[in-house]
Amino acid sequence: MLLDGLYQEIILDHYKHPHGRGLRDPFGGEAHHVNPTCGDEVTVRVAVDGVNISDISYEGLGCSISQASASVLHELVTGKDAATVAGIQEAFVQLMQGRGQVEPDEDVLGDGVAFAGVAKFPARVKCALLPWMAFQDAAARAGVDVGASPEVKA
Amino acid sequence: MTFDVARIRADFPILDREINGHPLVYLDSANTSQKPRQVLEIMRQHNERHNGNVSRSVHTLGTEATSAYEGARAKIASFVNAATPDEIVFTKNSTEAINLVAYAGGQHLNLKPGDEIVVSEMEHHSNIVPWQLLCERTGATLRWFGVTDDGRLDESNLDDLVNERTKLVSIVHMSNVLGTINDVSRIVARARQVGALVMLDCSQSVPHLPVDVRALGVDFIAFTGHKMLGPTGIGVLWGKYELLAAMPPFLAGGSMIETVTMQGTTYAPPPARFEAGTPPIAEAIGLGAAVDYLTAIGMENVHQHEQDITAYALKALGDMPGVRIFGPSTPDGRGGTLSFAVDGVHPHDVGQILDAQGVEVRVGHHCAKPTCARFGVPATTRASFYLYTTQDEVDALVQGLDQVRKVFG
Repeated sequence: MLLDGLYQEIILDHYKHPHGRGLRDPFGGEAHHVNPTCGDEVTVRVAVDGVNISDISYEGLGCSISQASASVLHELVTGKDAATVAGIQEAFVQLMQGRGQVEPDEDVLGDGVAFAGVAKFPARVKCALLPWMAFQDAAARAGVDVGASPEVKA
Repeated sequence: MTFDVARIRADFPILDREINGHPLVYLDSANTSQKPRQVLEIMRQHNERHNGNVSRSVHTLGTEATSAYEGARAKIASFVNAATPDEIVFTKNSTEAINLVAYAGGQHLNLKPGDEIVVSEMEHHSNIVPWQLLCERTGATLRWFGVTDDGRLDESNLDDLVNERTKLVSIVHMSNVLGTINDVSRIVARARQVGALVMLDCSQSVPHLPVDVRALGVDFIAFTGHKMLGPTGIGVLWGKYELLAAMPPFLAGGSMIETVTMQGTTYAPPPARFEAGTPPIAEAIGLGAAVDYLTAIGMENVHQHEQDITAYALKALGDMPGVRIFGPSTPDGRGGTLSFAVDGVHPHDVGQILDAQGVEVRVGHHCAKPTCARFGVPATTRASFYLYTTQDEVDALVQGLDQVRKVFG
């Protein structure tokens, strides 16, 4: 079935059993992002300890893709240093904007590779990127630069 | 004439399409309708044989184009029982028609702080935001009718809401989310008592049921071509002639003038006053053909067919565990637009899985966020029907929803 690429088991698992969900204190920066076309919303908080992202907490309303993406983000980025996180962020954005032509590196993206199929559904790319864009803003507000904000094309 | 869905469907080339290996099941007509050959053909003929600019050419092509364009206006006037074709203003869409009234009508009303405009909680954003902006410009206050739990307009505070300070009431005739068809007679009567104007957003009603502007007793209505078998890029403002004649222009430029000097300009009478620039000519002619098509079938018949489909769908979806329908639960006073939630599954995911099975529905907030908020959801899934919709297509929707539950089970 065509949808196999989109609704990977890994994505459905993260959607049904999200990791690290809920907003936590203390935090260094917070950002709330909305997808105006569909109304999906996510709030991301970033806590920083030295050069490390010590926690990402989040709360959101949205489809399986956006919510699973937030869960994967939490898992991939928590506890890593800013430079590593910038690399992960860049790899994920590239994967999402690759129209299905980018081969993801599991060593960098972990469960994030399951989103490779989403890149073939242009209408859903924004869903997957929503928490990552909010994370980038929240990190910047916490004083951590995880990369220039790319123009989201979807 | 008996209503023959198979024969009607044969007029719509797109309905033969396959989507993702399944026959197309198009349940998104409230978003945009499909177009019959008769509309596509007349637009092609116009562009191939009769193309010229309107209202300014003495040559044969210009005369033919003008005659077809004005002919379309006359057909549309008679379709909604306007007193004269001069009450029909062509716009880009309903949104522009409402904005036109918010600007030109707003200026005519000379609004000031203390004045009130009334809308409702079941409006499309296009019948909220223009009035919010008007209130920001003038200091007037925006008020609104609430919505009851079963998706009806809450008129319990009508006399308080529409009062001596009210200058204009603008209400949706049929909700694009809930499907509710509003009987506006009490609101119109109250507005008359206090001297307020009444506008109806008929984007969802004119395509689906008989609408008679004089029987409704309102002052303005807005509707759009692409939801009623016509093309995109053409909409309609109907207004009472004396009101249109008292209103200043909205957009200014060519075609809307009487005479222009460097010192000043006088304006053409309506409808030309509100049609600055070259209009969407082929689109207006296409909308005229759509009106011919609907008239030949009969709007009573279209409405009855949709009532039957809606009753069938309300039962079929109502019987599904975990499916919650928003809006009136019976076909009485509601049209064939059905919003629902599937427990535990976001509408985007519902829409995606349905699409994989060829079933095209709308998901999201339907440009009516306050309506969604009223029912405590950020978004809904919406199936909407038209004269070409069949019971088999409703069955396909139900099967599709079974699949949704399997994927997310």
